[in-house]
Amino acid sequence: MIVSNLEVVPGKRITKHYGLVQGSSVRAKHVGRDFMAGLKNIFGGELKGYTELLQESREEAYNRMLEMAKSTGANAVLNVRFSTSSVAAGAAELFAYGTAVTLE
Amino acid sequence: MYDLILFFVLLALGYGFGRYAEARHYKSIRKRERALNVLPAIASRVPPPGRPDLHSQLVTGSVVISVDYFKRFLASLRNIFGGRISSYETLLDRARREAILRMKQEAKYLDAEFIFNIKMETASIHKGHGNSVGSVEVLAYGTALIPT
Repeated sequence: MIVSNLEVVPGKRITKHYGLVQGSSVRAKHVGRDFMAGLKNIFGGELKGYTELLQESREEAYNRMLEMAKSTGANAVLNVRFSTSSVAAGAAELFAYGTAVTLE
Repeated sequence: MYDLILFFVLLALGYGFGRYAEARHYKSIRKRERALNVLPAIASRVPPPGRPDLHSQLVTGSVVISVDYFKRFLASLRNIFGGRISSYETLLDRARREAILRMKQEAKYLDAEFIFNIKMETASIHKGHGNSVGSVEVLAYGTALIPT
């Protein structure tokens, strides 16, 4: 499956559009990581735990998007976008969406 | 009284460690940027014409960086007088450059020739007292074009 955030794929033609596919995942941070984050808020620097946490949940959102694309019978997802929003204190929603298409 | 002492201790710790961490981070950013300069990262939406041999793949890079106690204190002072908050500017600059570097590293690992349509996404994920910015997440993503 080809995933790209361009609108076209070099050398390939789009034969069929299936419309928007999307996937999302909401994660809460856990106490241990929050404690480390509190320390880092004094010293500054990268919060590795948070970087990993957000990466994991973004991957999950991305995989859900791919599953939805597969279930429609597409073989590529184009024009993929990511978005992040904090829904509540301590929880974030990671969202991925794109256009499912069939390439020749 | 103890609160005041604690405040100054935190301020001093933030100043010392924060400065050291930032200097070290900038050094490492500059070094890796020089090494990855050979890989063009372009914000254009249109892939290069006449190259049907390129395979597309999404690459991402993200980082969460926190500001230190001293800089947050400076920023809260700035909120009274207004003006540029250079302590947050360097925070965001570091986060963006680091995210782009991680994206480029992933693309380089895939032997990509270009990265096209780079998008950036910034989210403030940790709010401290009075909604002051604690840490920001920056995500950079784009399409790596890999010769097949």
